[in-house]
Amino acid sequence: MKIKGQAWKFGDDVDTDAIIPARYLNTTDPALLAAHCMEDADPSFAARAKPGDIIVAGRNFGCGSSREHAPIAIKGAGVGCVVAHSFARIFYRNAFNMGLPILECPEAAASIEAGDQVEVDLSRGSIVNHSRQQEYQAHSVPPFMRELLEAGGLMAYVGAQLRKPKGQPAK
Amino acid sequence: MTSMTISEKILAKHAGQSSVRSDDLIEAGIDFALGNDITAPLAIEAFRKSGAERVFDRERVALIPDHFAPNKDIASAMQIRTLREFAREQQLVHFYEVGRMGVEHALLPEQGLVLPGDVVIGADSHTCTYGALGAFATGVGSTDLAAAMITGKIWFKVPASVKFIFRGQRRPWVGGKDLILHTIGQIGVDGARYKAMEFVGETIEALPMTDRFTMCNMAIEAGAKVGIIAPDAVTEEYVRARAKRPYEFYRSDEDAVYESVYDWDVSALEPMVALPHSPQNVKPVTALPQIRIDQVVVGSCTNGRLEDLRQAAAVLKGKKVAPQVRCLIIPATQWIYQQAMREGLFEIFLEAEAAVSTPTCGPCLGGHMGILAAGERAVATTNRNFVGRMGHVESEVYLSNPAVAAASAIAGRIAHPDEVQ
Repeated sequence: MKIKGQAWKFGDDVDTDAIIPARYLNTTDPALLAAHCMEDADPSFAARAKPGDIIVAGRNFGCGSSREHAPIAIKGAGVGCVVAHSFARIFYRNAFNMGLPILECPEAAASIEAGDQVEVDLSRGSIVNHSRQQEYQAHSVPPFMRELLEAGGLMAYVGAQLRKPKGQPAK
Repeated sequence: MTSMTISEKILAKHAGQSSVRSDDLIEAGIDFALGNDITAPLAIEAFRKSGAERVFDRERVALIPDHFAPNKDIASAMQIRTLREFAREQQLVHFYEVGRMGVEHALLPEQGLVLPGDVVIGADSHTCTYGALGAFATGVGSTDLAAAMITGKIWFKVPASVKFIFRGQRRPWVGGKDLILHTIGQIGVDGARYKAMEFVGETIEALPMTDRFTMCNMAIEAGAKVGIIAPDAVTEEYVRARAKRPYEFYRSDEDAVYESVYDWDVSALEPMVALPHSPQNVKPVTALPQIRIDQVVVGSCTNGRLEDLRQAAAVLKGKKVAPQVRCLIIPATQWIYQQAMREGLFEIFLEAEAAVSTPTCGPCLGGHMGILAAGERAVATTNRNFVGRMGHVESEVYLSNPAVAAASAIAGRIAHPDEVQ
């Protein structure tokens, strides 16, 4: 599972109000949420982000509220992956449950600059920075979690498991 | 016998194991699950998609419209309708309409629905509030709530515990809010990321329930999974008359394992204020320059309880809110509202030219009922002061306890309560 795009750089402690302000939480529509993604941190982000782009951030990305609208908005904006030094606890779990790939990698978070062309390979956990000819290593995403991401999140994954004929092992 | 912390004991019990250690992956049965008008619509959508038909227990799932209630606009009305219809269909016992409701984390303990020894999950980050009762309570996303509503279970990684020892007698006007702001100021907003924060020591033992709720409520602001206080006579006094079912007290073993221990003498601690735009930018109120303000909010799941309103009233009694300031008082539940009215607190607030609102989370998250314009500043007894949290991206929120908020309303700038007496 590979993701390739341009890097968007953010700092430490990016909170869920920066990712999707609460004033927009009167909807669960991914397209409406995506239109305001990162609005209070970078008002131009939602309009300029392209499919496959990668958010690169510092420590504690996604701190604050438990809103699942945060990973929904990021995914809706077309972002293919978030790479951070570390993630806040609830966001970490929500991202996988919503099918948004994320990787913890302090080295990548420190070295990648805004606008760099970055390629992420989730199965290997590798992050290649084509603009700087650098490669960084994160923990790989295990097969069942990749399957969950490919299915589009936890509920879709669980649904797919239920539909599998009995006795057939998971891929 | 393995030595365990209170968090580990509660989790072991709910996982049906004799012991657990930090980093163990366990599946725990839950005693209670909750969602609100922002998070529950997504959980209900996930519930439907899964093909599930019934919640695991209609008495153990609460849906509480509080964030945008009373309905702030058509979209919010539609979201709350989703909750209402689901609650009816599932015959949920605990669904609260306006007029009977309250801010979820004030309401559920008050109604005796979350209890000592419980495992509680809520699709709201401030679910950690119930740790004040000696429960293991943590915020989750909507999908995790959906799964738990169906199965009555959730998987956890057992968090490592960090012990915070507080020593000394609190100074006047210093409460739970000041202790937790001090803590976050010391360790930072990711200082307890994924950890269980355990608050102990003579200062905590002498702390009323209200202040304990405030402390555990803001554990998430340090990144923690839970904030927890061992139950004692104070807890028993609070719970006894309210509990709707049996409960159990747990305590950490003397030789339980902690990842780290902080030991603070707080006898000299002043009322604290968190400056924009992070709960870790903490300074004593007396160290601040003149900071003019436009709005004051007393309320929220952090500081909207009866004792909080009494504190604000004690400062506001016989005074007037400064002409350029809007002062909003938001009792956190209908019961608190009624009690405050009976005690004559509303008379004090209204004479002071403050506004009193029906319970809502409202302005705390920039939802409604007190949104800030560009360039405006608020002192709020709430829990977050992120960029744009209470309104315009160029507005500012300063977090404080209710007495400092009330004093600031009178002074028109951030003030210590002694300055306006």
